[in-house]
Amino acid sequence: MSTARFSLIAIAIGGLVMAFAHWFQVDYLFFASYTILQFIVLATAWNILGGYCGYVNFGSAAFFALGAYSSVALIKFDAEIDSWFSEGIAGFLHHIFPLPIPVLILFGALVSGIVGFGMGYLTLRLRGAFFAIATLAMAVVLQTLIVNWDFVGGSRGAYIIRPESLEFAGFQINYIEYLFALMLLLAVIALATARTIERSQLGFGFATIRDDELAAEACGVPTLRLKLIATTLSGAFMGMAGAPFPYYIGYLQPQSAFGLEYAVNSIAMPMIGGTTSWVGPLVGAILLGSAQQYATVTISSAVNLLIVGLMLVAFVIIAPNGLIGLVQEWMRARRRS
Amino acid sequence: MTALLHVDNISKRFGGFIALDGVELEVQPGERLGLIGPNGSGKSTLVNCICGTLQNETGNVRFDGHVMDGLAAHQRTHRGVARSFQLPRPFHSMTLADNLRIPLLYTVHARTGPLRSAGDLNSRCDELLDMVGLLKKAKQMPRDLTQVEMRKLELARAMAAEPKLLIADESMAGLSHSEIDDILALLVRLNERGITIILIEHIMRAVMSFSQRLAVLVSGKKIADGKPEDMVRDPEVVRAYLGQ
Repeated sequence: MSTARFSLIAIAIGGLVMAFAHWFQVDYLFFASYTILQFIVLATAWNILGGYCGYVNFGSAAFFALGAYSSVALIKFDAEIDSWFSEGIAGFLHHIFPLPIPVLILFGALVSGIVGFGMGYLTLRLRGAFFAIATLAMAVVLQTLIVNWDFVGGSRGAYIIRPESLEFAGFQINYIEYLFALMLLLAVIALATARTIERSQLGFGFATIRDDELAAEACGVPTLRLKLIATTLSGAFMGMAGAPFPYYIGYLQPQSAFGLEYAVNSIAMPMIGGTTSWVGPLVGAILLGSAQQYATVTISSAVNLLIVGLMLVAFVIIAPNGLIGLVQEWMRARRRS
Repeated sequence: MTALLHVDNISKRFGGFIALDGVELEVQPGERLGLIGPNGSGKSTLVNCICGTLQNETGNVRFDGHVMDGLAAHQRTHRGVARSFQLPRPFHSMTLADNLRIPLLYTVHARTGPLRSAGDLNSRCDELLDMVGLLKKAKQMPRDLTQVEMRKLELARAMAAEPKLLIADESMAGLSHSEIDDILALLVRLNERGITIILIEHIMRAVMSFSQRLAVLVSGKKIADGKPEDMVRDPEVVRAYLGQ
């Protein structure tokens, strides 16, 4: 199946979910699905580096937060235009600002992509646990920077007022539906990218890095360049997932943007789904994301991480290759018998 | 005739340990060179310096008329140096055919431009697997292979990069008599196709029957270089490596 056809089918499925939610007029459905979609993007992004190349990134939350905070910075910049610039320039800037969310998403991708590239350049000579520790350290450093950056709210956090609705081509669109549609599009783009990579020369190259870097180099694979592509792509997608977040949550503070749940979920979801294929993060995110949403409503939101932890332990023991691995094994066994 | 590989006075240290100490080596196009020496004499370090896995500290490595110092391993592979590893290092998550696809995609493509179609790629993989007698196992994983098959896969993967020079690092260690003959025959066939081969080996029977010339490394220094039959009689070589 071609990438275009795959994307169309994915958008069609998403459109159906959207129509369903719209028909019932349940805002909560949009809120919950947005979170799950966001985790699909995060898990897929993590998997490009962690699953395909075998480099475990513990700093996903930092990339996500960078996306979110780059949006906050641009929104705050808009608010300060009049006090910072002369009337002429301010007038011009008011034509551009406030920026629409798709532009914020691109900006978030750019910022996180650049940081991803930088992190890759500085740390990719490290392997295994050392790389993982370096990503964790980077997350701590970035959080400290944000906490001390007063312009974006520092440790107080920042309030972002979400408009009630958006006017688009004469239609009034509920804002949460708009955010949902954007995140849906992002999820489709992320999945289509991951799927394309997997079947391309790049995907083969990534797999050699995961298997044996020395042998990969001997076969002519430019491992450092490929790893930089992976860190940049992975970072950019995480930034994209984070960029609309301030509008979704309404109040952004460092503890929530850099929250443990993002780092843990973006690792746990691909692990539970299976890391070798694009389907893994998708399945993992839907499964774990839904379970968390269900627990949040019925028990308490504090149970979320407990669920992740328990499921991760269970899967590491029962199905180390995730659900996809389990299915593949089952199919192989059936073929043999 | 100008040498294909010219190793000029290279040295490599690991902390206080001198692994290579001013090694000189020339290999002519189409030659079969045997490289021998006791364990720890610097054979693998020399290979790593030629292939770019390690960078030599002094001296330089010239290949096919170009200086290769400072180039990364993959760039040297693109220039035409291929190696097999002492302990086979297959890509575990890929089938045998896919293992061979990697050098085809990344080296042959890079050299000639993306001319090969998917069909071409597949037939080239099959051809290479057939050459080493593994065609029937094309769809299997490396973990399903025996030791000797693993060595053959390793050589086939090195050959897939269409190299001018192949360095076979102990590709026969731990194999049985007939398996050694198998690998030797394969190496001779490759050489007949015009590929220059450096064979690093401890098994003297294999080295003697294969090599046109022998170089002997001891403690990071090349102590002798010449015809195999002269080398095994050289008193210094006998004392240092073969034993009295």
